Amino acid sequence: MNPIDQAVRWLNDPLNWTNPGGILDRLVEHLGISAAAVALGCLVAWPLGLWLGHIGRGGGLVVLVSNVTLAIPTIALLTILPLTPIGFGKPPVILALAVFAVPPLLANAYTGIRQVDPEVREAARGMGLSGGQLLRRVELPLAVPYLAAGFRTAAVQVVATAALASFVNGGGLGQIVAAGFGLGISVGGGQILAGGLLVALLALLVELVLALVERLVTPRPLRRAVRRTRRRADQRATAAITGS
Amino acid sequence: MSFRMIAQERPGNPWFSWDYVQGNSDTILAALREHAALTAQAVLIATVVAIPLAVLAYWVRPLTGPILALSGALYTIPSLALFAFIAPYLGTGTSTVLVGLVVYALLLIIRNTLAGLNQVPPEVRDAARGMGYGRLAQLLRIELPLALPGILTGVRLATVSTVALTTVGVLVGHGGLGQLILGGFRNNFFRAEIMTGTLLCVLLALVLDLLLAGAERLLTPWSRRRAEAG
Repeated sequence: MNPIDQAVRWLNDPLNWTNPGGILDRLVEHLGISAAAVALGCLVAWPLGLWLGHIGRGGGLVVLVSNVTLAIPTIALLTILPLTPIGFGKPPVILALAVFAVPPLLANAYTGIRQVDPEVREAARGMGLSGGQLLRRVELPLAVPYLAAGFRTAAVQVVATAALASFVNGGGLGQIVAAGFGLGISVGGGQILAGGLLVALLALLVELVLALVERLVTPRPLRRAVRRTRRRADQRATAAITGS
Repeated sequence: MSFRMIAQERPGNPWFSWDYVQGNSDTILAALREHAALTAQAVLIATVVAIPLAVLAYWVRPLTGPILALSGALYTIPSLALFAFIAPYLGTGTSTVLVGLVVYALLLIIRNTLAGLNQVPPEVRDAARGMGYGRLAQLLRIELPLALPGILTGVRLATVSTVALTTVGVLVGHGGLGQLILGGFRNNFFRAEIMTGTLLCVLLALVLDLLLAGAERLLTPWSRRRAEAG
């Protein structure tokens, strides 16, 4: 029997869905861990990114953070954090995933504030707005599309990376794949494939839903302008990374 | 609570130990060699596949969207899922890891190569055509050399992320330094082994990035001259 038939058969068994540690349990676990990690990432990255954008400094820091996290393997954080005073359980997994959520959130919050038209900022100042009022009433609303884009990138990445938590028995849909490998490929091949399929579908689903959300929170007149400036921001970021 | 006791209160579980490194240098070097070999092969294959695809997308405009969308969709698939798709067919060998790594490196290189090709000034293209260059000669002698900074940016990004991603290969038993990281975790939370694997991994990414940055400087002397002049 080929792996695809095996996978279909495995997915068709209702007990595989409803058993303790079945697909539904794992799905809830996966979403819970991911949501907590993204929330934690937002809590740290957004205030920092908005503030750095507001004072117009720290662009180098933003690039540095994304470069360093690119080179750190997820598995390293997942195995190291439980051995620190944080201890075992969900918190180290959530923290490890949050670390990988920070770069896109931070970079987009920073760019979102920086791209605000200097003339708009001048006008706001001229109307007598203080620094805090400027950030809250002018810069923040104009940065919302960027915050949404960063949120989408971070959330998709966290949902994808959360599958790796299974390496340290951290729960989530990855456990299904890991259990399949535990059975060996000839027996567990279908389960491996089915688990992979579920993880991939979840990631694509999150991507689609959040793309829709991103569209909804971007006011229509801003849509085209946002796309244009973001492309320019990407190029600048690439140039900064390569040092050219 | 018992796990916590093992991991934290047990004496003699330092974060780093030269004794461990010296006593297990063979294992460590083998893991490092596997890691470096997998990374090099993956980036090489991805480059060889990605550049023709980028050229195709550059020449045939209607194909640009589909090629970028397809590679983007592949990039969204979580690494664990991708390895899970490949493993039942290719088994638990290095080939499974290699195919997965190539898929991820593809997108980064295609995207940057295409950006590099699109940055070639239209006047340069016109001048080349006016001098009687054919399509292929123009590509090989004018456009690709001018797109080199973009291509190399893609290769650098792909290399650094491939080094980190190779560790996920532990799923099928060929994760290079990932074997040390997860092996240490499973071996009674042996911190020195985990830390050695992690440090070597980050160091490998750094060294390869610097090497490629050096290659970039050597291969594109004009961009440095321009930077000095400006």
